[in-house]
Amino acid sequence: MTNSASTIAHKAPTIPAARNAVKDKSATATQQAEAYYQRIAARNPEINAWLALSRERALAQAARIDAMAARGDELPPLAGVCIGIKDVLTMTGAPTTAASKILEGYQAPYDATTVARLEQAGAVLLGKLNCDEFAMGSSNENSAYGPVRNPRALDRVPGGSSGGSAAAVADGMAVATLGTETGGSTRQPASFCGVVGLLPTYGRVSRYGLIAFASSLDRVGPFTNTVEDAALMLHVLAGHDPMDATSALHPVPDYAASLQQPVKGLRIGIPEEYFGEGLDPEVRAAVERAADSLRAAGCEMKKISLPHTRYAIATYYVLATAEASANLARFDGVRFGYRADHPKTLADMYRRTRDEGFGTEVKRRILLGTYVLSAGYYDAYYRKAQQVRTLLTRDFLDAFQSVDAILTPTAPTPAFRLGEKTDDPLAMYLADIFTVTANLAGICGVSVPCGVSSAGLPIGAQILGPHFGESTILRVAQAIEQAQ
Amino acid sequence: MDPNAPHAAVENAPAAVTAEQVLRIAELAQLELTAEELPAMQRDLNSILGHVAQLNELDTTGIAPMAQTGELAAAGERENRLRDDQRSACLPRETVMAEAPETDGVYFKTPKVIER
Repeated sequence: MTNSASTIAHKAPTIPAARNAVKDKSATATQQAEAYYQRIAARNPEINAWLALSRERALAQAARIDAMAARGDELPPLAGVCIGIKDVLTMTGAPTTAASKILEGYQAPYDATTVARLEQAGAVLLGKLNCDEFAMGSSNENSAYGPVRNPRALDRVPGGSSGGSAAAVADGMAVATLGTETGGSTRQPASFCGVVGLLPTYGRVSRYGLIAFASSLDRVGPFTNTVEDAALMLHVLAGHDPMDATSALHPVPDYAASLQQPVKGLRIGIPEEYFGEGLDPEVRAAVERAADSLRAAGCEMKKISLPHTRYAIATYYVLATAEASANLARFDGVRFGYRADHPKTLADMYRRTRDEGFGTEVKRRILLGTYVLSAGYYDAYYRKAQQVRTLLTRDFLDAFQSVDAILTPTAPTPAFRLGEKTDDPLAMYLADIFTVTANLAGICGVSVPCGVSSAGLPIGAQILGPHFGESTILRVAQAIEQAQ
Repeated sequence: MDPNAPHAAVENAPAAVTAEQVLRIAELAQLELTAEELPAMQRDLNSILGHVAQLNELDTTGIAPMAQTGELAAAGERENRLRDDQRSACLPRETVMAEAPETDGVYFKTPKVIER
């Protein structure tokens, strides 16, 4: 390992730094990849962020990039940038498990569109990252392969479900990572680990190859050390995909270029419902300081109301579990994954395969989803929640008539302790109270570090924007980043 | 998790979902619940449904249900998007069958479906 490659791996690396090092040959893509693998070997036993490494695939790609650099070719936008992939996205060259026993050792036969796009853009894919089983959780404690620890405080959770993706970036084990969201699963762990986590608008980024949890809510988004890196990642990830019928035809702007525009004159909404009871005082103070810095940068801060916010968790857990109960029916021991030993009948095979293969939280959500969809309860729960989803979405559409973006805390508290909420599913669900609203409404959001608690725990500010408003929220996030 | 852990949220609320209902749902979902899992699942479902009950505070008469965010949001993309019906490449059979728990190389194999 050269000193330069070592430095890149250990000090909050950025995409431009990694790519420039390949270009000026101060650290080749191969040297950088080896440096990350050394870092992972040293740190992962403690953090448990990685489930599998795709060393062969990564080093072959690194060699291709180094050959391009040696020839003096024009380098692609993510040339030599070492990236990790959440293990709910399919990728060849390493197992795809969804952090579940039911997919232990499963070799996906194709790459997710997002995975393929990153590699086409020159990225070196290091491996697969730990998460909550089937992305169901808020603390990464539901993984069948053990919890991830928060690199900023080892007795704390990294958040979830993309805990490994957040922890890997926070601990210098990757330049950037892919996470996914169904209800806050990139923004909340970004907040807990002190990195940037982006939720693109529904349809902005292809879901092809994302193992389905709740298809009307699921999205893919990046974790990075800087807002600029998030913009660079989104530019590669965004765009229509014929393999995902819900992916949008909307044109893809140059997100990084739009960061050059000042935030002066932007109207930023502060929703009173996100600053009420249950908000940690240090989180409130940090987000208020972020608001002050935006005001100082020339933004117009406006008090707004999103009146249905308090119904978001209830709405989310009805809709997400209903969709999950249908999506997870495919794990039946027939075509792929785990099958129980010596089944007597087909029904016995289904039940024992699923009972032995799924963890407690996954079973809990399948049961809840089956219940709310069952005869006699469908209208009372599922249809009712779909109607409230309309009201929650209207709250945002109305608000965006008078503001360009909305500033809130990402989570009500900093990272909590391992084991603190595992006995109480409802308490765990309420950790997502400020983030699930954006998933239900389909709008975009980003969490950016805005301070540290007295115990040294990171605090995140969330910026929400209208559909396809990523350029604006990234500009606002960068203004907060620059004020730190 | 400890199935015997006390749970304040449910202790005050009536048990809306019975143990028999939980077993019926499990049957519908093709899940087998052990005797240890059942009381914890019943407790947790009642706790979550107790929270969900607050949706009934809202009058949603005449409010359209929303299944996909595109319907309200992505103006200009509301119509169904059609594509040409064309043949395209699919995964090779051997790649797919390599991941099957039991196969004869052509079909997936399972225990007998219909008993005589």
